[in-house]
Amino acid sequence: MSDTTAQPANDHGHDPHLAHHFDTPQQQFTSGKIGMWAFLVTEILMFSGLFLLYAVYRANHYDMFVVGSAFLDTNLGALNTVVLLLSSFTMAWAVRTAQLGKRNATVVLLALTLLGAAGFMGIKYMEYSHKLHLGVGPGNFFDPSDEVILPEPEPSGIIEEEPTRELREVAQAAESNSDSDPAAIEEEPRTTLPQPHRAEPGISAEARYHSFAEYTHTTAHASTHGEHHVPQFRRERLMSARPFFSIYFGMTGLHGIHVLVGMGLITWLLIRAARGTFGPQYYTPVDFVGLYWHLVDLIWIFLFPLLYLIH
Amino acid sequence: MSDDNHSHPTVGHVVSLKVLIVVILALLALTWLTVFVADPAFDLGRTGNVVLALGIALAKAGLVAMYFMHLRYDNPLNGLFLIAALLFVVIFLGITISDVSEYQPDLREAEQAQQAAP
Amino acid sequence: MTRFNDQLGAFDHAAELRGDNYLTHSRGLMSWLFTLDHKRIGVMYLVGILGSFFLGGVMALLIRTELIAEGQTILPAIGDKTWEDTYNQVFTLHGAIMVFLFIIPGIPAALGNFILPIMLGAKDVAFPKLNLTSWWLYMFGAVFAVYAIVSGGLDTGWTFYTPYSTAQIQGSDVYYAMQGVIPITAGAFILGFSSILTGVNFIATIHMLRPPGMTWFKMPLFLWGLYATAIIQILATPVLGITLLLLIVERAGLIIVFDPAKGGDPVLYQHFFWFYSHPAVYIMILPAMGVISEMISTHSHKHIFGYKFIAFSSVAIALLGFLVWGHHMFTSGQSVMASAIFSLLTFFVAIPSAIKVFNWLATMYKGSISVNAPMLWAMSFIWVFSIGGLTGLFLGALSTDIHLHDTYFVVAHFHYVMVGGTVFALLGGLLHWWPKITGKLYHQGAAIWAWVVIFIGFNLTFFVQFMLGAKGMPRRYAHLTADALAELGIAEANLLYLKVGNAISSFGAYIQAIGFFMFAGVLAYSMFRGRRSPANPWGGASLEWQTPSPPPHHNFETTPIAHDPYDFDGIEYDEEIDGYVRTQPADS
Repeated sequence: MSDTTAQPANDHGHDPHLAHHFDTPQQQFTSGKIGMWAFLVTEILMFSGLFLLYAVYRANHYDMFVVGSAFLDTNLGALNTVVLLLSSFTMAWAVRTAQLGKRNATVVLLALTLLGAAGFMGIKYMEYSHKLHLGVGPGNFFDPSDEVILPEPEPSGIIEEEPTRELREVAQAAESNSDSDPAAIEEEPRTTLPQPHRAEPGISAEARYHSFAEYTHTTAHASTHGEHHVPQFRRERLMSARPFFSIYFGMTGLHGIHVLVGMGLITWLLIRAARGTFGPQYYTPVDFVGLYWHLVDLIWIFLFPLLYLIH
Repeated sequence: MSDDNHSHPTVGHVVSLKVLIVVILALLALTWLTVFVADPAFDLGRTGNVVLALGIALAKAGLVAMYFMHLRYDNPLNGLFLIAALLFVVIFLGITISDVSEYQPDLREAEQAQQAAP
Repeated sequence: MTRFNDQLGAFDHAAELRGDNYLTHSRGLMSWLFTLDHKRIGVMYLVGILGSFFLGGVMALLIRTELIAEGQTILPAIGDKTWEDTYNQVFTLHGAIMVFLFIIPGIPAALGNFILPIMLGAKDVAFPKLNLTSWWLYMFGAVFAVYAIVSGGLDTGWTFYTPYSTAQIQGSDVYYAMQGVIPITAGAFILGFSSILTGVNFIATIHMLRPPGMTWFKMPLFLWGLYATAIIQILATPVLGITLLLLIVERAGLIIVFDPAKGGDPVLYQHFFWFYSHPAVYIMILPAMGVISEMISTHSHKHIFGYKFIAFSSVAIALLGFLVWGHHMFTSGQSVMASAIFSLLTFFVAIPSAIKVFNWLATMYKGSISVNAPMLWAMSFIWVFSIGGLTGLFLGALSTDIHLHDTYFVVAHFHYVMVGGTVFALLGGLLHWWPKITGKLYHQGAAIWAWVVIFIGFNLTFFVQFMLGAKGMPRRYAHLTADALAELGIAEANLLYLKVGNAISSFGAYIQAIGFFMFAGVLAYSMFRGRRSPANPWGGASLEWQTPSPPPHHNFETTPIAHDPYDFDGIEYDEEIDGYVRTQPADS
C-alpha cells in the first residue's frame, strides 16, 4: 500500500479565492463552468416549451401568424436584435478586460452592456404599449379596438369568397357576444365549437387570394410604413388570431424578464468591478454572468425571425 | 487586486479582441441578411421560409456559442451539454408537433359531429 | 487482529475520542439553518422529507377510510361544497405532497446529499452554497404547498389537467377548480428549482470531485444512480417549470393556450406535463436502485455482479425515459400513430430495469448474506419492484391500457413501484446508513418487525387494487352509485367484489400505518438510547465506511485513495469493536 499522500485537501496555499473543498484553482474553475452550463441547459429546456407552443400553433393555424405579424414592426425587432448583439459583444469584451485586469475598461464595457439592455427594454416597452393601445394584448387583455377592425368586407386588391353560412353565423354570434368589459371572458360556455376552428375551415390563407402579392397586401403595409399604419382585419379573422398574441407576449415576456434579471446581475458586476474586485486571479462572476447574457441573446436570435419575419 | 500587471489569468483562456470584432461584424451581417431574405420576393413557401430563417439563426447562434461563450476554447464537455439540451428539445418538439398535427382531423370530425347534432 | 489502515489519516482517533464530529462541530439553530455542510443539509432534508411523508400519509389514510365502505364515511362537506369535493381535495393533496414534497426530493436530497461527497472521499459537494439554497427553496416550496391546503383547497388531481385547472371563477365558466391551484403550482415551481439546483450540483461534483484513481467505473453504483438522476433533473424539470408557469398565467387570464373554449388545446397541456412527469418517475426510482446496489452487495459480502451493466442501465433508463411520455395519454385524444409509437418505446425502457434485477440476484448468489433489516428491505424491493414493473407492461401495451387507464390497476402499479420501490429503498437505505449519519446502532429485531408489518400491510393494500382495477373500479371516485356502475359497465354483481376489495385495501393501509409508526419508534429509540456504532458496522467497502460514525466536519483529514468499492475480500469482522475492519489492502 503506497505511502503517498494525495495533496492535503486543507492546504489553502496563498489563494484566498480557492474554496476549501477544491484542490486547485483549475478544478474550481472547471467545476464552476460545468455547473453554469448545466444551468444554461435548464434555461434552454424551459424556453423550449414556448417554442413548442409557437410551433404547434403555426403548424396548424398558420393564418393567425400572418395576422399577428402585421402588428409587429420588423424595424423595431431588427433594432432590438442589433442592440442585443452589440451588448453581447461588449459583455464578451468585458470578460476579456476583466481577465486582463483592466479595471476601467471593464467598468465602461459593463456599463455599455447595461445601456444596451436598457435600450432593448425601452423598445420593448414601446412595442407592448402600442399593442395594448390597439387592444391586441394577451389573454383577457385581448379586446381589439375599432381601429383594427375592418368596417367593410375587404380592403382594395384582395379577393375573398362570399362568406359561407357558417361564417355569417359566426360573425353574428361574435357581434352578439362582444361585451364592453375588457377584463371579462370573451365567450360564454357554448355547445358549438369556438371560432378559431371555424374561421379557417381547412382552406389556407393563400388559397383565398389571387396572388402572393395580394395576400401580403395587408401585412406589407404595416411593416414597411412603420407604426403609423394600423393593420386592419375582419373581426372573425382577428378573433381567431387571438392565441398568437398570447404566444407573442408569453415568449417576449419571459425573455424580457430574463433581460431584467440580467440587468440586475450586470449592475452587481459593475459595482464590484468599480471596486476593483476582478483581475486575472478572479474574474469568474464576470465570465458566468456573461454566459447567462449570451444565452439571453441566443434566445432572441431565434425569437426575432420566428415572430417578426413572417409575412 | 485593482489594476494587475499580470496579463495571463490564473485559469481560463482569453479571447483576442480581433476575434470578438470579427464575430460581431459577422453577426450584424447575418442579421441584415435574415431581414433581407424575409422580403416576399424571396418567398420559399411556408416551410422553406422557416428553414431559411432558422438556418441563419443557427449560424448566428453558433458564432455566439463558439466565440462569445468560449465553447471553441473550453472543455468539450460544456459543448456536449449544449448539444444534449438541443437534442432533447428536438425530441420534445418533434414528437409533440407530429402528434398535434396528426389529431387535427379528429378535432375537425368532432366539430362536424357537434354541428350536425348541437 | 491486525488492523490495516489504508486511509492515511482517515481515522482521526483523537477527534473520535473527543466526540468531535459534524453534529457537535458547531451549535445553535443558526449553525444548522445557514450551514454549508452537506451532511447537515442532508439531515435537514431528511426531516422535511419524513414530515412530508407523514402529511401525505395522513391524506392516504383519509382516502382509505373514506373508501372502506360505500357512501360517505368520514369526509365532511366543507363550506358550500359537497363531501365528494372534499374527497377530490384529499386525493389531490395526497398526490401533490407525496410527489413534489416527498418522493422527488427524497433519496437524492436526504441520503444523496449526505453520502455522495463521502463516497467520493471529498470534503463537500461542488457548490455548498447552492446546496443550501436548494434546501431553502425546498422549504419555501413546501410552505406554499401547505398554504394551498388551507387557503383555497385544490381538487384538480396532482396532474392539474386543463381546462378544469385554468377555469376562472368569474365570468361564465360553469365548472372551475378551487382557488388553491396557483399556490400549489407556484410551490411546485419553486420546488422544481430546488430539484434543478441539486441536479446541477451533483453533476459538477461527480465530474470534478472524484479522488485520484477513481475513474468513472470505480465509483460506487449509488453515484451512477445519482448522476443519471441529475441528468433527468436538469433536462426535464425546466419543462415542468414552463408548464406550471403557463398554467398559472392562463388561470390569471393573461394568456390562453390550453382552454379549448377559447381556442386552446388541452391535449397540448398533457404533452407539456408528461414530458417532465414521466422522466420524473425515473428521478424517483434511479436513486433507489442505486441504494439497492449498495445494500445487496454489502450485505451479501460479495462483489456486485455486472458493474458496467448496472452503471450503463442507469444512464439508459434516464435517456430512454424521455421517449415514452405519451403512454400516460393513450385515452386523451392523442393520435393513434403517436400512441402506437409510445407504446413500442415503453417496452424498451423496461429492459434496463430488468437487467438490474438479474444482476442483483446474481450478486446475492453464493454470497454470505446477513439477513438484517436493511437487507430485508433490499430483498423485498426486488420482489415488489418486479411486480410493479411487470404490471407496467400491461399499461404500456396500448390495447390493454385502453381498458385499464384511470382504474385502480394504475394506482396499484405506481404504488408498487413508488412505495414498494422508492420507499422501501429509502427506508432500507436509512437503516443502512443510520449508524453513519447518527453514530448510533438500532435494535435489529424491532426494525425487522417493523419491516414485517409494513410489508404485509403494503401488499394487502395494493395487491387487491390490481384486481379492483381489472374489474373496472375507477380512480378518483368518492363512491360508486348505481348510475356510475352502469356507465362504467360494471355489472351489479361485482359490487360485492368491489366492496370487499376496498375494505381489505383499507385494512391494509391501517396495518401499514402501524408499521411506519413502529419504524419511527425504532429510529427515535436509537437516537436517544442507541449503542455507539463503529465506523463500519456492516462490512461495507466503499469510502463512507472508512471514516468514523458519525463523520468529522471535514469528512476526511486527507484525500483517501480510491479502490474497488466492492472488494470485500480484505474486510473482516472484529468482535472487539463489533464492526468490520480492513485486514488486507484493497484491489484498485
